[in-house]
Amino acid sequence: MNNENLNLALHIWRQESREAKGKFEEFIVTVSPDASILEMLDEINNRLEKEGKIPIAFESDCREGICGACGFVVNGRQHGPLPKTATCQLHMRNFKDGETIYLEPMRATPFPIIKDLIVDRSAFDKIQQSGAFISFNTGSAPDANAILVPKEAADASLDAAECIGCGACVAACINASAMLFVGAKVSQFALLPQGQLEKYERVQEMVAAMDEAGFGSCTNTYACEAECPKGISVINIAMMNRDFIVSKFRSKEVES
Amino acid sequence: MIKLESKVPEGKLADKWMNYKFKMKVVNPANKRKYDIIVIGSGLAGASAAATMGELGYKVKVFTFHDSSRRAHSIAAQGGINAAKNYQNDADSVFRLFYDTIKGGDFRSREANTYRLAEVSNNIIDQCVAQGVPFAREYGGTLANRSFGGAQVSRTFYARGETGQQLLLGAYSSMNRQVKLGNVEIFPRREFLDIVLVNDHAQGVIVRNLLNGNIEKYSAQAVILATGGYSNVYFLSTNAMNSNTTAIWRAHKQGAAFANPCYTQIHPTCLPVHGEGQSKLVLMSESLRNDGRIWVSKKAGDTRSPDKITEDERDYYLERKYPAFGNLVPRDVASRNAKYVCDEGRGVGGGRAVYLDFSDAFHRIGKDGVKDKYGNLFDMYKNITGVDPYEIPMQIYPAPHYTMGGLWVDYNLMSNIPGLFVLGEANFSDHGANRLGASALMQGLSDGYFIIPYTIGNYLVTENPEKVGTDGSEFKEAERAVEDNIQKLLSLNGKQTVDEIHKRLGNILIDKVGMSRSEKGLVEAIQQIKELRNEFWKDAKLVGRADDLNLTLERAGRVADFLELGELMAVDALHRNESCGGHFREEYETPEGEAMRRDDEFAYVAAWEFEDVGKWQLNKEPLVFENVELAARSYK
Ligand SMILES: Cc1cc2nc3c(=O)[nH]c(=O)nc-3n(C[C@H](O)[C@H](O)[C@H](O)COP(=O)(O)OP(=O)(O)OC[C@H]3O[C@@H](n4cnc5c(N)ncnc54)[C@H](O)[C@@H]3O)c2cc1C
Repeated sequence: MNNENLNLALHIWRQESREAKGKFEEFIVTVSPDASILEMLDEINNRLEKEGKIPIAFESDCREGICGACGFVVNGRQHGPLPKTATCQLHMRNFKDGETIYLEPMRATPFPIIKDLIVDRSAFDKIQQSGAFISFNTGSAPDANAILVPKEAADASLDAAECIGCGACVAACINASAMLFVGAKVSQFALLPQGQLEKYERVQEMVAAMDEAGFGSCTNTYACEAECPKGISVINIAMMNRDFIVSKFRSKEVES
Repeated sequence: MIKLESKVPEGKLADKWMNYKFKMKVVNPANKRKYDIIVIGSGLAGASAAATMGELGYKVKVFTFHDSSRRAHSIAAQGGINAAKNYQNDADSVFRLFYDTIKGGDFRSREANTYRLAEVSNNIIDQCVAQGVPFAREYGGTLANRSFGGAQVSRTFYARGETGQQLLLGAYSSMNRQVKLGNVEIFPRREFLDIVLVNDHAQGVIVRNLLNGNIEKYSAQAVILATGGYSNVYFLSTNAMNSNTTAIWRAHKQGAAFANPCYTQIHPTCLPVHGEGQSKLVLMSESLRNDGRIWVSKKAGDTRSPDKITEDERDYYLERKYPAFGNLVPRDVASRNAKYVCDEGRGVGGGRAVYLDFSDAFHRIGKDGVKDKYGNLFDMYKNITGVDPYEIPMQIYPAPHYTMGGLWVDYNLMSNIPGLFVLGEANFSDHGANRLGASALMQGLSDGYFIIPYTIGNYLVTENPEKVGTDGSEFKEAERAVEDNIQKLLSLNGKQTVDEIHKRLGNILIDKVGMSRSEKGLVEAIQQIKELRNEFWKDAKLVGRADDLNLTLERAGRVADFLELGELMAVDALHRNESCGGHFREEYETPEGEAMRRDDEFAYVAAWEFEDVGKWQLNKEPLVFENVELAARSYK
């Protein structure tokens, strides 16, 4: 730990409101390599506040890479250059002295900009409210070990459930598709015995909600997987597509 | 003086909750939809309460300052959740979990509440599995367990190092189902700023819309605060950046008693502080103490690298001092001992860190075995420090983590304000002076899924609160007071930023109201905090507008409340002339250097009543122990 401080030129997106026009503002900073990129912004903000200027608006909460509140684009990459790393876990030791760094919001039509680096990701909640659950009421559960779950299934479900809902997959996609996010949410339940009964209904509801929220379609570029801070796999998209197609046949059968 | 009625039911410990549920009044199913309930907070406690009350048919409104209710601080919990399932066949039972919890809390919690917590713990696991929480499994498909500090049985259920995330997503999914069914409505990006009392009953809230600054009013027949803990009073803690005390503090100023504010937990396994600009401390789950061994050099000021320090030059101080529990002693004991060895100059390189070493585990279960259990924690460590813990032992140091203190509640989880209920970390109820690992998630979900849904019904039927709407004078006055406070904050145009003042508060508290406290230090702390508070109201500098997204204003309101709470923590610590759990008073230690409880004088809950800023009245709720013997806590 603790090497020489870095001198950096930052270009940070400033935009007062959804309607306002935004632009990059330049900041010249000296920062410890042990600081995280958000701690660097904290310091800049502290300085701005001292000067009576409006600090840079950005979101963060847990700063441990799990809440999904943070996230912006660093030099063209969602959450920055490191694989499987959320913005809050990006430390300045990953940059070189003298580097120029561009910070901008995760842009996507379904995620309108609220201010500076903050975007509105509430569309994700809407998708989940449409069907990302198992329908049963508190108090009616059998003993936990009455439902045996193969270790592989539990592990695979957890792999999908690790999604932090940050939105990087959408912003990384040229079509602003939410297929990775929705795929992960669908598989998380579909992989478990508890999730079987509503499997087909769930996928239909969620895909419909996704389309309604204005997310684009998937053209298999896999930019989503590459930029996902949790490494959620595109296999989830394939599994969702399979369930979705089967669900269409099933509803036809029911109708006929 | 307020009246503190614990409402603990009569009868045998094991029958209390069952009998009480039977005697409680219940709301007829068709009537439930006539009741509006407000829940502030969507962490484990708030989300589970909202989901379950929605299922029962109540009309629930949930408010959170997050952009999505899924982001509550509970999401960051790593290690696991306890339950008395006894799936490992290691003689666990409800009574053992109860006993461990009450002993771990150093006999400063209510027997009946703690027993009920242990009793419903098993239902929580059933509930979460049915919801689809992907807990860790054995190859046969049954649930896996790990052990945690303060227990000699293996009763902790987990999902890798992401248990909080998975449990919260479970509660969130159940809540979402109720949103779809129209029983729950979620209001994100809203900050609760005050409670509204009508005829001394909690009947509404004032919130600020964080996007446009609008002050909004909502009414209900009961209000639930599930707003988490206040560790961020220390500035640096393991809590999420936005965790704060505002909700419970403002309710406290409206009359809700604040119980045991000095009971705070400093967690032993966190990453050491790296520098000035640091914004928070990162927790490494305590589950690491299962397989990692903690040591420092026997010599002070030893600057050699760890591989150069041979076995016999190392001091595995927890194993040496506490052979029965070893590295799994409760948190307060582990933290205090880390502080001591560092005070002696025996920390890593003479500084403030100790080693957490997995070499033995690598031999026993291989690096892959360790990776399977703790992979993401090891990755996180490497990412943050730039050092690979598979090669070089981790360094850790204690950090503020959890607050056992909180608003006083009775057995129904209701504060002394009728209609104001408090759940999860925000209340004081179950952990006494120290919380055991994996018990906070258990408490949050027990409060939300299995307790409040019953007790709130009893309140609604008994009191039958009116539907008041938001046009009354009480709402107008509360709204005006909130707006005035915002204007007062925004008019501050001094020289120090809010963060700078917050850091100074944190330094006073960690130094004098932290792991080790003394009369002299506490008296100084009270004076310093009063001065700092005055400074804040003269010399803080705010920027931005009231009618805009304004992060500086949000922080300023929270820091103003921390500056009042910090003083109360010191006042409480000063009055409690004993050592218990996380509250360690240097004047009260045994000749062996262990905490000296003084049960004759201090076996009570200290519930502070607000009179004015910096002025409180003490109320005591005696703690009666009928089922456990008040033993000196020993982990030797
Ligand atoms: C890093 C870490 C790891 C942990 N690991 C474990 C573990 O392994 N096992 C365990 O048992 N415990 C663990 N804990 C403790 C546990 O996570 C918490 O005690 C618990 O999650 C608290 O849940 P809660 O529902 O009470 O509050 P929180 O999850 O903190 O939720 C608070 C909610 O209230 C809202 N809120 C707060 N104030 C306001 C306001 N003024 N207006 C509007 N909304 C507001 C927030 O938006 C949020 O939704 C850990 C804690 C930390 C910090």
